[in-house]
Amino acid sequence: MTTLTQTRSSNQLRQWPRLAIYLLLILFAIFYLLPIYVLLITGMKSFAEVNLYKMWDLPAAFSLDSFAKAWFGSDAEGFRGLSGNFWNSVQLAVPATILSALLGSMNGYVLSKWKFRGSNTLFLLLLFGMFIPYQSILIPLVQVLQKIGLYGTIPGLIFVHVVYGIPITTLIFRNYYATVPTEMVEAAKIDGANILGIYRHIMFPISMPGFVVVMIWQFTSIWNDFLFGVIVTSRPGVQPITVALNNLAGSYIVAWNIQMAGALLAALPTMVIYILLGQFFMRGLLAGSLKG
Amino acid sequence: MPGCLALQKPEIAMADPSASLSSTLVRSTYVAPKRRSRFLTSDRIIAFLLIAPSLLAIAIFVYGFIAFTGFASFTKWNSLIPDFTLVGISNFQKLLDTTRFQIDLRNTVTFTILFLILCLSLGLILAVLLDQRIRGEAIFRNIFLFPLAVSYIVTGVVWRWLLNPGSAELGATGVNLLFDKIGLGFLKNGWYTDPNIGIKAVVLAATWQMSGYVMAMYLAGLRGISDDLREAARVDGANEFQVYRHIILPLLQPITLGAVIILGHMSLKIFDLVVSMTGSGPGFSSDVPAFYMFDTTFRGNNFAQGAGIAVILLVMVAVLIVPYLIYSTRTEAET
Repeated sequence: MTTLTQTRSSNQLRQWPRLAIYLLLILFAIFYLLPIYVLLITGMKSFAEVNLYKMWDLPAAFSLDSFAKAWFGSDAEGFRGLSGNFWNSVQLAVPATILSALLGSMNGYVLSKWKFRGSNTLFLLLLFGMFIPYQSILIPLVQVLQKIGLYGTIPGLIFVHVVYGIPITTLIFRNYYATVPTEMVEAAKIDGANILGIYRHIMFPISMPGFVVVMIWQFTSIWNDFLFGVIVTSRPGVQPITVALNNLAGSYIVAWNIQMAGALLAALPTMVIYILLGQFFMRGLLAGSLKG
Repeated sequence: MPGCLALQKPEIAMADPSASLSSTLVRSTYVAPKRRSRFLTSDRIIAFLLIAPSLLAIAIFVYGFIAFTGFASFTKWNSLIPDFTLVGISNFQKLLDTTRFQIDLRNTVTFTILFLILCLSLGLILAVLLDQRIRGEAIFRNIFLFPLAVSYIVTGVVWRWLLNPGSAELGATGVNLLFDKIGLGFLKNGWYTDPNIGIKAVVLAATWQMSGYVMAMYLAGLRGISDDLREAARVDGANEFQVYRHIILPLLQPITLGAVIILGHMSLKIFDLVVSMTGSGPGFSSDVPAFYMFDTTFRGNNFAQGAGIAVILLVMVAVLIVPYLIYSTRTEAET
């Protein structure tokens, strides 16, 4: 795969004044940063200072009141804070991410190094699952989850995310393992290693980069998911943070600055991961376009 | 697979000191018996067992569920109590006669076209700009990309306030207020509160979130084009614009195709952003099929109608995705 930071040489638009290029880039950067600017300054304003007609003005004094209210809620004003839902999302996203990475790794290993007749067709059928509009499976999904007693629970949501994460995790690992020379596997076979031994002693130890990409991808999409959360969990106590944030923002009694602070809290974990591990995030992203 | 086998056998010959025959002979003596036995080795069975849970899950939760939804769309099940009396295609006929669904389909087309045009052009411009050996390239790249890490719900909440037009009495808010401040007041408008704009306001937020993705795809593509090619064109007297127009852009075509497919199928499914930003909007001006499905099924208990919308959505996505999937795996097999 082509990394974004590859060396490049003399491919600049030479006649373009360099200044114009920088100016354009800065203008675009402002467009992308505007919402974050509003999120940050609104969250940091004190309640006295919050005014929709002064939303672009910098805060006069630094205050974390909005964040505190968005996090803890307010009994007096009658709305729930996001702290419980934040914790729900952690309890949901961490196990679901680990489980789907393990599944994806096994599938990718078999489908790249132990191909059998029809395995490519099976892979194709598997992949289709990642593109379907989930609306087309929601009705039976709710029925089945109710039957097996997982409806409305975090384990139920974990299960759903693991199942519908199979296609993308398999795809990323299959592409990753395809870069491992088949000769290594063949040589191990000749030395008498079986399929599990080869996985444990050869493939798994070199799978770290694959795991990082898949886990970042899965964590981000599970944390950010809304549809499964809103369908599977109806009680506020078990809802993930995206659903709770949507409820918070849809409520007329919740002040504007609290909504903004809540949005920032909901975005924080994935933003931190993106800032620290952006490169791996990118690889997962490009894998989504199949040609990893 | 046969290719791999043939490749490996000479190694056995080399490892075995007694085998002093020519490699072709060795290959013929080793391959034949091994190949037959391979099909029944315990490794083969374990391999299948390893992927069996995933295959079973996908078979049930994707294909089985789709089949059930398809079946439900032909029934009378429009209340909390399932009623599986078959009614033919009447759910679909009714749906296509519903004003809301007609508006939804129009909104989907509007959204898809605008979203594709904006994301592709913005993505290409940003990629080309970033490919000019920019100082601080990583910083710019990260700024354009970070919205991808954020949930649609967060994007929706923020953009709902940014595109809140304010009121005539109390003054402008959000982006309108910003326009006033920088002397672009004539650009002020009602955004999603204006039925004539509706879904187009959602396109703005969606473009903010997804255009970085297209930029990343194009940038990866640009970095994959060898400099010799550009140099050769320059030597032939092409100016920079011509180099991009006649050399670079044609080479980026597969990426454009990929981006169209990925973004196109996303826009057909758009749901979260609409929920958190606008809802159905005035006169359903920002309503989409995915939201209608959610609304009618899980709020209105019209399961058969919801299943009908889901089937139509699925068919639209499949028409776009299936040929691309087959094409991708074919070209992969060739290389």
